[in-house]
Amino acid sequence: MKAAVKRRRNWAGWLFVLPAAAFYVVFVIQPLFMTVQYSLYKWDGIGVATWTGFQNYLKVFTDPDLFAAIFNAVKLIAFFSAVPVVLGLAIAATIRRIATSRLALVARTVIFLPQVIPLVAAGITWSWLLSSTGLVNQLLTYIGLEKITRAWLGDFSTALPAVGVIGAWVLLGLCTLLLLAGMSKIDPALYEAARLDGAGPFREFFSITLPSLRQEIGVCVTVTVVAALASFDIVYISTQGGPGNASMVPGLEIYYLAFSERQVGLASALAVVLTALVIACALPIQWLTRDRT
Amino acid sequence: MKSARREAFTGRVLLIVLMAATLMPFISLFVTALHPSGTYPLGLEWPDDPQWGNFATAFTAAKMTELLKSSALIVLGVVPISLVVATMAGFAIGHLRIPGRRIVFVVFLLGLTLPFEGIITPLYYLVRDMGVLNTRWAIILPLIGLFMPFSVFWMRAHFINMPEELSESARIDGAGTWQLFWKVHVPLAAPATSSLAILLFLWTWNQFLLAIVLVDDPLQRTMSGALGAFQGQWGTDIPLLCAGSLLILTPTLLVFLIFQRRFVTALLQGSLKG
Repeated sequence: MKAAVKRRRNWAGWLFVLPAAAFYVVFVIQPLFMTVQYSLYKWDGIGVATWTGFQNYLKVFTDPDLFAAIFNAVKLIAFFSAVPVVLGLAIAATIRRIATSRLALVARTVIFLPQVIPLVAAGITWSWLLSSTGLVNQLLTYIGLEKITRAWLGDFSTALPAVGVIGAWVLLGLCTLLLLAGMSKIDPALYEAARLDGAGPFREFFSITLPSLRQEIGVCVTVTVVAALASFDIVYISTQGGPGNASMVPGLEIYYLAFSERQVGLASALAVVLTALVIACALPIQWLTRDRT
Repeated sequence: MKSARREAFTGRVLLIVLMAATLMPFISLFVTALHPSGTYPLGLEWPDDPQWGNFATAFTAAKMTELLKSSALIVLGVVPISLVVATMAGFAIGHLRIPGRRIVFVVFLLGLTLPFEGIITPLYYLVRDMGVLNTRWAIILPLIGLFMPFSVFWMRAHFINMPEELSESARIDGAGTWQLFWKVHVPLAAPATSSLAILLFLWTWNQFLLAIVLVDDPLQRTMSGALGAFQGQWGTDIPLLCAGSLLILTPTLLVFLIFQRRFVTALLQGSLKG
């Protein structure tokens, strides 16, 4: 009797999930299937769609421009992910000992700012800093590197790295604070023991700090890799993918294909590839670094 | 001990450098905003005659009051609905332990790292067919869905730690599931829901892609989407663009500075859980 009541009650619990599931199914799952469906057709968004099978996918991987966009996103990982994580580790390890000082508390707020402002604002700000009369060139001239000054976002060879610098600036604070929070959980006795054994700061870092931060590093890498692969706002604002196609990324290409060039099928195929790429990168990192609890 | 002091010193220097690198872009933006409109100043150069009026000009040019209202309306649409709906789902999955909860949860998890660009094309046609294209609902409704995986994930993490005894005793007092939820669990979930509210506010306010794709009129968009349009319109007038960007940034900055502690904690936890 009691068990039966409980079971009925449990099924009634489904009513609580229903609204959430409805929003999720209608606005996420359904569009996901629609993307896959669109990707198999040639469609201009208005007229009749014609079935093309895997033609669109073939084009994504063989068209040099489209493939270059995907490759650009992969290159951005170096800036969005590698720079903030490595630099963040170095910074967090250095300021670990003064993490509770007044200065560090102020710094905590300050270095978090880029994470709070819209990416669009970061894009506008840095477009100005990296422009030909911007602060970056002014500083370079000041230290005698006038020769290399240029419009960083408008130069074929530097546009993509310049976009990467913006991403690194946005993500560095988040990574530093995440890693610092992880370091504060490490037992101080470990460090004392290491010091007694005569270990220097480097030894200490590689034998104690780094191994204890597996989970935090995993989170930083996941968040930043996804941000690199799915970048849109920063690129849209700072370069629009240019000059030429030098800083084109898949997110922006999908937008152009679907809403300017009216190639909905091709845009959807690229969208499927991008989604698959993001999941293929995010899942293994999560599995490798997650605490098995 | 000498080495420890040196380390602390290096740490301080590093912190100051880091803060400078973070703040420099904002300072450059601010200084540039004070130059006469239409000029091309250097990146960091205090003007001879600071044009404080630029901010007022930008305030009118950007139609700030309307923008603030629009963003506020969108946030008011997204955040409360998401909170209620996600708290209910988190409660059912984490605490009521409904049958099939594992599968439901995994299906929600799949949406956690989904890039918005992956579904933006069908969302456009979906929203158009619903007849809400170019209205604020075109941003509000999809965003609730898109934030749902994280919100459910977040609330489940809270409810999974709530002791079973709590509900048992309420049930003995004759509370039904509905009452149990509203009278006992919702008040207790306040720390989790308020952090979630902060995150959702920020993500909605800063949402750009949906705003530019689904709504043509910048005055019906989020702050971020409006900023994009502002750049398109005033992109050649650098001082004015800088002044406008700073104005559009101000509301987020104010909210951040007021709730900074909660913000940092929520965002750090948010990425840890995500």
